[in-house]
Amino acid sequence: MHEYPITEQIVKISSEKAKENNARRITRITLVVGEYSGFIGESIQMYFDIISKGTLCEGAVLEIENIKAKWRCPNCNINYSRRPLSFACPECGQDGEPTSIGKEFYVKNIEVET
Amino acid sequence: MKQEVKSVAGKEIEVVQNIFDENDRIALETKETLENLGVYVVNIMGAPGAGKTSSIISMIRNLRGEKVYVIEGDIESDIDTVKLKELGIDTIQINTKGACHLDAPIIQNSLQELTIDKPGILFIENIGNLVCPAEFQIGEHIKMLICSAAEGSDKPYKYPLAFEKADVILLTKCDLKEFVDFDDEFFLKGIRGLNKSVPVFEVNAKNGQGFQQVATWLKNRIS
Ligand SMILES: Nc1nc2c(ncn2[C@@H]2O[C@H](COP(=O)(O)OP(=O)(O)O)[C@@H](O)[C@H]2O)c(=O)[nH]1
Ligand SMILES: [Mg+2]
Ligand SMILES: [Zn+2]
Repeated sequence: MHEYPITEQIVKISSEKAKENNARRITRITLVVGEYSGFIGESIQMYFDIISKGTLCEGAVLEIENIKAKWRCPNCNINYSRRPLSFACPECGQDGEPTSIGKEFYVKNIEVET
Repeated sequence: MKQEVKSVAGKEIEVVQNIFDENDRIALETKETLENLGVYVVNIMGAPGAGKTSSIISMIRNLRGEKVYVIEGDIESDIDTVKLKELGIDTIQINTKGACHLDAPIIQNSLQELTIDKPGILFIENIGNLVCPAEFQIGEHIKMLICSAAEGSDKPYKYPLAFEKADVILLTKCDLKEFVDFDDEFFLKGIRGLNKSVPVFEVNAKNGQGFQQVATWLKNRIS
C-alpha cells in the first residue's frame, strides 16, 4: 500500500525526464534507496509493473541501489555501521550521531532509447 | 558462465531527483496556508495504542485559552473523533483505508472540511505506526513522538528514524514503568544517540501528570 503513491512519483519523474530528452521509451531506471528511507525495492517493483503500463516506463528494468545507514563518530572522525541495540562507535565506544547516509530515496538516472 | 548481454542502444540520462519532492512541496504549501491563518501544526506520531489520543486530550486540557483543532488519522474507525467532539473540540476524521501513514496530499484535501476561524493549534494524529509517518512531511511545524513506557525502552534503537526526526518526545504511561521494567537510562541513551537536543517529557494521561509542562513548552514555541 505504502509504496503505491511513491511508485507513481517514480514513474512520473522518469517519464518527464524521458520526454524532455525526446526518448521513445525508457529501458532502465536506477533508484537509490537508503536503509532508513522506509521503502522496499521488491514492493516498488510490484507496483511499478502495474503503474508503468501505457507510460514511457513500460517494460523498463528497475535497478535498485541499496545503501546501508552510517553513523558518524565526531571523536574518531569515522563513519560506521551500527550494531543492534547500540549507536556506539566501534573505535572509542562513545555514541556517535546519525548521518544522511542511508536516508537516500531518489531516481539516480534513466536509460532511454531515442 | 558467461551471460548473454543484450546490446541496447541506450543513452543514460542523469536525473537525481528526490522522490519525496512532490509530497514536500505540497506540505510546504499547507504549512504556509495555515501559518497565514495563525495556526501552528503538530504532527503526532506513535505506535498503535501508544496514547496519542489520550495525550491530545490531556494537552488540550492544559492549553486553556488556545483554540485547538484536531485531525484524526485512522485506518478505519472514528471512535477517537467522536470522543474529541464530545469534549467540544473541532475535529475532523480521515480514514486512510489501510494506508500506514498520512501524506501531504491527504492533509491538503482534508483541510477543506475544517473551518478555521481563529488562530490556534492544529494537532494531527498520524496513523499508529513507528516507521512510515516519520518519512512524510504533512505540513507540520513540529513532529511530536508519543512513546509509551509499555512499549519497552529499546524503541529508539529499533525505530531510529522516528526518534531522530522528533522535535519533542512524550514518554507516556509512566504509571506503568514499574510493571514493565522500564530502563530509563537505556531509553535516554538511545534517544541521545539519535537526537542530541530533543526535549523528553514524562507524562501520564491517567492523572494528567507532566502535561502542564508540555503545554507550557508548546505555548513558548507558538508565541
Ligand atoms: N496506564 C495508562 N494508560 C494509558 C495512558 N495513556 C493512554 N492509556 C490507555 O492506552 C490505551 C490507548 O490509548 P489511546 O490514547 O487511544 O492511544 P492511541 O492509539 O495512540 O491514540 C487506552 O486504553 C488508554 O486509556 C497512560 O498514561 N497510562
Ligand atoms: Mg488514537
Ligand atoms: Zn569513536
